[in-house]
Amino acid sequence: MHESGISIWFFIGLSLLVNGVLIFGAGIWEVLNPPATTSIVLFHLHANVWWGAILAAFGALYCYKFAPKRAA
Amino acid sequence: MMAAMMLLLVDRLVHLSPVDFVIIIFYFALVLAIGFYLRSRANTSEDFFMAGREMTAWVAGLSFLSANLGALELMGWAGSAYQYGILATHWYWIGAIPAMLFLALVMMPFYYISKTHSVPGYLKLRFGESSRALSAVSFAFMTVLMSGVNMFAMAKVMQIVLGWDINFSIWVSSLTVAVYVALGGLRSAIFNEVLQFFLIWAGALLIPILGLYETGGWSHLKVLIAQRASNEYVHMWSGLGSFSGNPMGIHWTGIVFGLGAIISMGYWTTDFLVVQRILTAKDIRSAEMAPIIGAGFKMFVPLIVILPGLLGLAVLPMKLTAESAVVAGGHSYNDVLPLMLARYCGPGLLGLGITALIAGFMSGMAGNVSAFTTVWTYDLYRALINKDATDQHYVNMGRWTTVVGVLISVGTAYLVMQFASIMDYVQALFSFFIAPLFGTVILGMLWKRASSAGGFWGLLCGTASSIGMWTWVKLDPSALRYVALSPDAKALAQDMYQALWSFLVCVTVTVVVSLMTKPKADSELTGLVYGLTEVPSIGDVPLYQKPIFWAVAVSIVLIILNIVMW
Repeated sequence: MHESGISIWFFIGLSLLVNGVLIFGAGIWEVLNPPATTSIVLFHLHANVWWGAILAAFGALYCYKFAPKRAA
Repeated sequence: MMAAMMLLLVDRLVHLSPVDFVIIIFYFALVLAIGFYLRSRANTSEDFFMAGREMTAWVAGLSFLSANLGALELMGWAGSAYQYGILATHWYWIGAIPAMLFLALVMMPFYYISKTHSVPGYLKLRFGESSRALSAVSFAFMTVLMSGVNMFAMAKVMQIVLGWDINFSIWVSSLTVAVYVALGGLRSAIFNEVLQFFLIWAGALLIPILGLYETGGWSHLKVLIAQRASNEYVHMWSGLGSFSGNPMGIHWTGIVFGLGAIISMGYWTTDFLVVQRILTAKDIRSAEMAPIIGAGFKMFVPLIVILPGLLGLAVLPMKLTAESAVVAGGHSYNDVLPLMLARYCGPGLLGLGITALIAGFMSGMAGNVSAFTTVWTYDLYRALINKDATDQHYVNMGRWTTVVGVLISVGTAYLVMQFASIMDYVQALFSFFIAPLFGTVILGMLWKRASSAGGFWGLLCGTASSIGMWTWVKLDPSALRYVALSPDAKALAQDMYQALWSFLVCVTVTVVVSLMTKPKADSELTGLVYGLTEVPSIGDVPLYQKPIFWAVAVSIVLIILNIVMW
């Protein structure tokens, strides 16, 4: 599907990259400004920081590998 | 838009932060952008209805799986896992994998070689116009109604979970689906299904990871479940020796013969909603590999569906109940997934999880609408109303049918809102057609003596018997002891046995009528029936690229998993 346009994998990468960056950013904000109380269980693990980073890295890899110019 | 969404918040299960709203809005923007981008690639009927038949095995396979991975499915089975324990996994393993492999290795060559556009289209080639018309009308009618039921369910869930207004959810989701499917056709629906697949894993995988961390691992989770419920909740087969020995009230014969051999075979091999995705594969090897890839991932879906339900049973402080027994401030089984999401996910992660649910609902709706559009245009409009129009005319018909299909779905959603019991009836009606249709298609593919009259009457009688059994139990609940073989049987067991009997009625009638009527000539059955069809070679490829290799590998993993969870 590279031959006739933007690959579907590029859209997947874009989605993961943007979501990953947003989640990572929200996680960092929480680390720097911890709430007084939270209902989140295992809050101290800061899942949004590392999960966001994983998604962003995975998405960036897909965006790079399936970028329209590279795939053309 | 964000401000408008904020204003719609009333009373809810979870609270979203601004970053969560940004993630949700980005999803809507992306799917619309994909639709507009793909518009230029949906100019011919082959493009619009069959995605150009150029999908790779991976795209077709993930789309095939995603068409069945809707949010209702996720939330419903997570709730079932909370209610019935690990038994719910049967619907993902024996209730799916063998059928997907059977589709890949046995049935797909016939679908693919015949170049049919749809399952009713195959029935036309094999049995004639009457069988196609019966199948197409029932499928089109039920698909569009199911779409409406899903739409209402989505709006209801969004109201409960997020506090969103029902009208807002219905119209925003339906208009988005209408735009991107009408523009890009099936290719657009497939792209979004694959996107949804990744979003669901990205949004839901953290629940089992953090849940197992919190409970101290699988072994300790089993101990917690045994304490809060029963030891039977974590065994897949050991309690199935009797109807009363397990939380589901089902016997192993129902699981193996009803679910594994009939219902799942019917659903995964003849429901056009899922089969349509495979028909878009670019070659025969991709068409065979696609269901196997789907099966490989299907085996691990219980990680993000069943395990959260079991974790909910172990760690949630409140007791969940059936929908009908929910009291003020309480929650039903179906809320377990959003509750677990809210338990572990902070800002951003919560938005991704909710986006995954929305994506699941919308791609499910798009799947229904795109399948409806194809069956209406090819099997009803072109076959019965306007045979000789131009290709462009059929594409335009497809675009307009998409819009009309969405509007009928919206109408159904509002109907369900007024009369809630319609939802149960529509879901039951849909199941009436699956098992008999499998009987008709499989006999058509494997038995050349099956005649046109046999196929039609078998399908009709099988469907009628299914409706008859359902009506009988509805009017007299004690009849369940005859239909499901035990007074201890529960609703799910009824579905299993009802499917088994209706399949047997269909096969028996098809065989008897076929033996009494004239068969088709062999020359008319070339490419349609086993023994009269030369299946094209997949080429000289290494062993690890052959579908049979991966089918065996998936089967071995399936057997090991069942033994481990016995």
